[in-house]
Amino acid sequence: MATATSTETPADRGWYKRNEIAITPWLFLAPAILFFAVYVIIPIFQSIGISFYDWDGLGEARFVGVDNYVELLDDSAFEVSLWNNLKWLIFYLLAIPAGLFIALFLNQTVTGIRIYKSLFFFPFVLSQVVVGLVFSWFYLPNEGLLSNFLGWFGMGPVNVLGDPTWATYGIIAAGLWPQTAYCMILYLTGLNAVDPEQVEAARLDGARGWKMLWYVIIPQLKPATFIAFVVTIIGALRSFDLISIMTNGGPFGQTRVLSFYMFEKALSEYGFRMGYGAAIATVLFFIMLFFIAYFLWSMWKEEKGR
Amino acid sequence: MQNRVSLFGTHFIVEHSGRTPCVPCLRRPLRRLALLPSRQAGHLQAAIRCLAISRFSSTHRTRRHAPRATMEAMIARFQAEHPGLNIETTVIDREAYKTQIRNFLTADSPDVATWYAANRMRPYVEAGLFEDVSDLWEEEAIATNLASTKGAMTIDGKQWGVPYTYYQWGVYYRKDIYEELGLTEPANWDEFKSNCQAIVDSGRSCFTIGSKFLWTAGGWFDYLNLRTNGFDFHMDMAAGNVEWTDDRVRATFANWRELIDMGAFVENHQNYSWQEALPFMVNGESAGYLMGNFAVAPLREAGLTDDQLDFYQFPTINPGVEYAEDAPTDTFHIPANAANKEAAREFLRFVVSANEQTEINNGSNLGQLPVNASSSIDDDKFLNEGFAMLSSNSTGGVAQFFDRDFPAEMAAEAMQGFQEFMVFPDNLDDILNRLEKVRQRVY
Repeated sequence: MATATSTETPADRGWYKRNEIAITPWLFLAPAILFFAVYVIIPIFQSIGISFYDWDGLGEARFVGVDNYVELLDDSAFEVSLWNNLKWLIFYLLAIPAGLFIALFLNQTVTGIRIYKSLFFFPFVLSQVVVGLVFSWFYLPNEGLLSNFLGWFGMGPVNVLGDPTWATYGIIAAGLWPQTAYCMILYLTGLNAVDPEQVEAARLDGARGWKMLWYVIIPQLKPATFIAFVVTIIGALRSFDLISIMTNGGPFGQTRVLSFYMFEKALSEYGFRMGYGAAIATVLFFIMLFFIAYFLWSMWKEEKGR
Repeated sequence: MQNRVSLFGTHFIVEHSGRTPCVPCLRRPLRRLALLPSRQAGHLQAAIRCLAISRFSSTHRTRRHAPRATMEAMIARFQAEHPGLNIETTVIDREAYKTQIRNFLTADSPDVATWYAANRMRPYVEAGLFEDVSDLWEEEAIATNLASTKGAMTIDGKQWGVPYTYYQWGVYYRKDIYEELGLTEPANWDEFKSNCQAIVDSGRSCFTIGSKFLWTAGGWFDYLNLRTNGFDFHMDMAAGNVEWTDDRVRATFANWRELIDMGAFVENHQNYSWQEALPFMVNGESAGYLMGNFAVAPLREAGLTDDQLDFYQFPTINPGVEYAEDAPTDTFHIPANAANKEAAREFLRFVVSANEQTEINNGSNLGQLPVNASSSIDDDKFLNEGFAMLSSNSTGGVAQFFDRDFPAEMAAEAMQGFQEFMVFPDNLDDILNRLEKVRQRVY
């Protein structure tokens, strides 16, 4: 049979056989592409479309052009949400250095190090809902651990989650707990791949301490840093569960972020302004798109550089 | 299939209408159940249960299942009266019901669904999803016995469902603390404030409140506004005809501010849900709670006896204003797309009948007030007081509740403003201007 095949001219073979190499990858990709299109790509455009309508999800949708966006400009709750998103973006990134230092600290061979590592990784395994509850009890103004702890140093009880200026930071701190663990794991795996010969060479050249870390170790951890950066940024932008659990957006809406505000406007008990919610979602989408585009671009640059 | 009635129902016993839009499982005890139709005829599906993390949810299992058992028993009695009907019922949890009702009213409608009165049913009425049942209200048995709740069921001059239970709001207080301080139930605003001052001076707060989910503050606004400006003004406001920056509205807030400045409310209330605010009252750190009658059950479960716990009607503030009360009503409706509307109507007649009302609202069932004037109420101190108050001492009118009377969007913004006002009373001007802006957009 093998000889028979080889003597056939290309025209004798079927269309599929001739194009097999070009088509097969697409066939394998087809289910994923189909579902990604139906559940992700098309809804993005639908949702952008809905943002031009005034619709309660039940009755007739009324086309209002960019009215929803105009209203957003003048909406103080939207402004608060946007600022909070920015706070999340900035402070959530603290998880990266924190994760790096814990990883460096744990990257040694001591008896039982695996147990310590898994204990440090533990918060990431917990559901965000549990993390939120634990921290909201921790922050309780009178009975909470934090207030009692401060009490030992003569500082009065603080009501972190009830204070509009501090509540968002309180929630971010709660979010940092699992996120740090996540970054730590990324760095731990990254540290395994650090080239011992380079470390040795650097040591011979007299590099130690911070210099060693900054010029030798961290550059080698670049892939891990990149991934940690991506997951932390995306995590910050999609923060929702912690806010919902810990403050429900309050006090008086001061801890809302865009995703939470969108939910409140479109899907909560008092909401069902689908168009307005979609407009908020669209804004959030473009903010995310900015970061995602940057990530894709830098990955592409990386690939090309090789 | 011809004579099949499927039933939807939501209701609850000790909780006020649901508030939190998300992660309800963590905040809501099991008391809220909904009935939904299952595909298997006559089979009652299990509820999608939420785990309750609440200080008062660890005891009294049977009681928590009471609303569901009540519904099942009621349906069974209806079945017995109509053996030819094949009834399907499904139970789902209450929070999910709030979003699912939008789906099942538009597609695959059941024949009966439960919901809430007044503005809460307006979106469905306006979308044409509820059946006009004015014909039922013209029938002698309903017209005479249910007159008190007719207003709450009326939109555009037509009735869109029937009520099946309601409950009073008012001040629940620690009688023993009042006695210790030599205080009596206040008859007017001055006594109310002087009582409060005495309680504050004794190192307690007058009222506990948990405003994390905002609606509890709506109760305070309701009462202060109803007493300062009266029922008609309040309803006019709900209809969007009054500016939030109006001086009469400011008068309401001025009264509220007197209490806030006095230190009447527990501190840090913005951190607590209404259940989390209960321990202050149980521990005697707070002397009272402005709440719905559903607060009685957890307070009793927490160990307060009827000698320690008592109730009074929110006192007069403005002598010229008639008493008006909040009494949220839960209702049954026929979806416009229902297949078997005649059987559904028969069921509604059955639900509001005097005997059935007596039965389902008694202490071992819902423990609330019957809507039928010919029903008898269970011998419970609070139900008796509530019934007397609503039937004879609420001459101004009966409101539903802030978030059921005001349109959803206005209510959400306003309740957030109330919470802010309770924490930072100085922000009042800012809050009122913001609410006025919302009012102009919403109506």
